[in-house]
Amino acid sequence: MSFLNLDKVSKFYGPVAAVHDFGLAVEKGEFISLLGPSGCGKTTTLQMITGLVRPSAGTITMGGRDITHLPPPKRELGVVFQSYALFPHMTVAQNVSFGLEMRKVAKAERDRRIKEILALVHLSALADRYPREMSGGQRQRVAIARALVINPPVLLLDEPLSNLDAQLREEMQFELRRIQQTVGITTIMVTHDQAEALSISDRVVVMEKGRITQVDTPYELYEHPRNDFISSFVGKSNFLRATSAFNGKGAAISIDNTQIRFNTDRREPDGKVSVFIRPEKLRLTAPAEGQIQGKVTTRYFMGSQWLVSAETPAGVLAVAVPNLGAPPPVEGETVGLAWQSADCRVLAGAAK
Amino acid sequence: MSAATSAIKPRLLAPLALSGPTTLFFIGLVLLPLLLTVILSFNSYDYTAGIQSDFTFANYLTVLQDEYYLSTFWRTLRLALLTTVITVLIGVPEAYILSNMRKPWRSIFLLVIIGPLLVSVVVRTFGWSMLLGKNGFVNSALALVGLEPVQLLYTETAIVIGLVHIMLPFMVIPVWTVLQKLDPTVEAAALTLGASRFTALRRIVFPQASLGILSGSLIVFALSASSFAIPGLLGGRRLKMAATLVYDEFLIELNWPLGATIAIIVLVANLVIMLAYNRLIERQAKRKLG
Repeated sequence: MSFLNLDKVSKFYGPVAAVHDFGLAVEKGEFISLLGPSGCGKTTTLQMITGLVRPSAGTITMGGRDITHLPPPKRELGVVFQSYALFPHMTVAQNVSFGLEMRKVAKAERDRRIKEILALVHLSALADRYPREMSGGQRQRVAIARALVINPPVLLLDEPLSNLDAQLREEMQFELRRIQQTVGITTIMVTHDQAEALSISDRVVVMEKGRITQVDTPYELYEHPRNDFISSFVGKSNFLRATSAFNGKGAAISIDNTQIRFNTDRREPDGKVSVFIRPEKLRLTAPAEGQIQGKVTTRYFMGSQWLVSAETPAGVLAVAVPNLGAPPPVEGETVGLAWQSADCRVLAGAAK
Repeated sequence: MSAATSAIKPRLLAPLALSGPTTLFFIGLVLLPLLLTVILSFNSYDYTAGIQSDFTFANYLTVLQDEYYLSTFWRTLRLALLTTVITVLIGVPEAYILSNMRKPWRSIFLLVIIGPLLVSVVVRTFGWSMLLGKNGFVNSALALVGLEPVQLLYTETAIVIGLVHIMLPFMVIPVWTVLQKLDPTVEAAALTLGASRFTALRRIVFPQASLGILSGSLIVFALSASSFAIPGLLGGRRLKMAATLVYDEFLIELNWPLGATIAIIVLVANLVIMLAYNRLIERQAKRKLG
């Protein structure tokens, strides 16, 4: 039995299912991300774990105890809200102290723990500031400290980084992971940012329209997305129009005039499939050497890499070219595109 | 250069032209009568010769040395304070409940709260005197359960009940406005940290509404301390408050200078109390809430 279990948890608002049959087992110390576009039910799922929203069906257990209908104060979980939800009329120390006071922790012990946790989030110098006198990143740290100081069994983060600017967000991502690993706390984070989910989680739960579509480690999720929604939502991807002809051993996929063999038992009635490949797995070659030819339509310089788009008979393909010094071909040039068939995934249905 | 200097002129004139009419209105309708009242308070009054246009402090000395006037001032202060405290105790939770209501109900109950303001104070106060009177509803109800009838009408209790009823909207509305702007997740955060609903309200929600409570209580205090119809009708002939006292001096005693003196003393006392209270709370709230 895992530490935190959600079993067939659902939430209905009238006839609409915000979350449907959500099942997940979280191990102690794990960092889980709930990833999905807005309105996919990830925040509702988190709120059902906090107790702020009551599940319509299903059970939630924590440490073997059924907490499905326990009110929020009894769950003793650490929650960091998207808006941080700091108490504006209290100083940082008072904010952090609140949860301890609710637990009737003695003054001396309280002061010691506040000091300890503020040191962990690097805020020791700002204990007497009010939230409005702090930057977004600092408020975020206060919110984390306030949630962690009560030694909760689980830390829940609702879009914790969405209110920060790009640079700070990246910094806080790693900071969040550092804090999580220092404390060793089981953590569930809700996010719509795939980069965030991939970089710091142990496992990612992808949600779509209230249902789980895939649960995997970040690497597996990126390399083996289960459907085209996930492959386009997680990272950038190309879809090539292709036809498949099934024979005994596998499918022969034809892209333009190139044949690729796949060991798959998937049989498409109309033979129309799409082949999915990541931009960084494509290589630009001389026109004659690639598996397919194309004409460069745009190229963007991203610093560490170039993003080149080429118009090919199988559709527009994006290619990520690492910036190794030599600039890639310019717009209008004809290029060849090459890939290894091991890097391709075949998905049902024609590419959109 | 010359084009720039000529462009300044209309820019200077515009604010004057825009604020001029209201300023004149304010001077004519507020400052001028006030000034006349101040001057009047320094005149003396003779029962046979009428108002003398001289300059004397005698009125102020009379008022500040007379037990009767002082006790009336004290009663005014006490009842206004009591009314303010009670409206805070009732109005703040009322505003909280209102702000947590769902769509159709919120507007309906807001209307219920504001509704009484649409009825004349005099009419509403007569309603209270019917309820509280000797054979009124309250005493009939007491008689039904076998209790002795109580004297409610023409007591301070009646005045406070009437004042609280009329002042409640002035407390509910500013507090409600502030509560509307609060982030509801802040309260949720308190709950997840282990606070009971009541503790979350007491320690998290209401302190954030302190500026709304401040403006509400200033309005309620000022209106209660200067209220006329309610103490006049529910307090009867003997229980005077400041405004009814001024009325008596002007229209019954016909001693206008003395009436003006009382009015000025009440105005100054009211101003001092409100400014002090405002500074005390606002400074704290400003530091905390920005």
